Amino acid sequence: MKRWYDYLWIFSAAYMISGFFNILFAWVGLICFITPLLLSIMGKGKIYCNSYCGRGQLFELLGSRLKLSSNRNIPAFIRSKWFRYGFLAFFMIMFSIMIFSTYLVFNGTKNLEEAITLLWTIKLPWNWAYTGKVSPWIAQFAFGFYSVMLTSTILGMITMFFFKPRSWCVYCPMGTMTQAISILKYGRKMR
Amino acid sequence: MKKAIVNTAECVACGVCAKTCPRQAITIFHGIYAHVNEDLCIGCKKCEKECPASVIQVVEKEVAS
Repeated sequence: MKRWYDYLWIFSAAYMISGFFNILFAWVGLICFITPLLLSIMGKGKIYCNSYCGRGQLFELLGSRLKLSSNRNIPAFIRSKWFRYGFLAFFMIMFSIMIFSTYLVFNGTKNLEEAITLLWTIKLPWNWAYTGKVSPWIAQFAFGFYSVMLTSTILGMITMFFFKPRSWCVYCPMGTMTQAISILKYGRKMR
Repeated sequence: MKKAIVNTAECVACGVCAKTCPRQAITIFHGIYAHVNEDLCIGCKKCEKECPASVIQVVEKEVAS
């Protein structure tokens, strides 16, 4: 029987689409960052990944139901600890740079850049999705955060296509972080 | 009897296996790794096929009677 949270993929798809119309919707995505962390800190393990991750459900839907996945095994190095924690570290560094950028716009050192940065390198003009009715730093964070979300969606789509539907889950920085929190909380007992 | 075994050191605890198991034989232990209840596992290989990290294998195992 389907439960309400089995439809969270709709939220995830709507979120990605909304960024094409109004970049300020990007702020809503913070829910997908804060909720998994809070749940794992509260001792719920990876329940967010296991049940509530709309993005995972979306990859499952596209890969399994719509058969867009080639269902091959993921290369072993991607599931290795050095890669997963390395990708998490890289992700955190890029996230910090984005936050710093927001700060520079906040204190007036830098002008608002109405662009999305794809895969941390490709700058795409995105000015049509911003009407300019909020403080520039609020918009800067939205552009930066949406860049992170769009980049990770693209990476997830690529690995969904070449490997199994939810291959993104193997190296998802949020998943690595919540698993690390769970390990710190409960250790490696019961092995 | 065939049973699923998990490489717990490399398991990412995503929960895909638990969702796909027709016997609810798999649980995610505190968000750390997947745990197979061998009494319930029927060795159907669904989890092996779906695991995105490819850390589950269904192998021939002797079950204590």
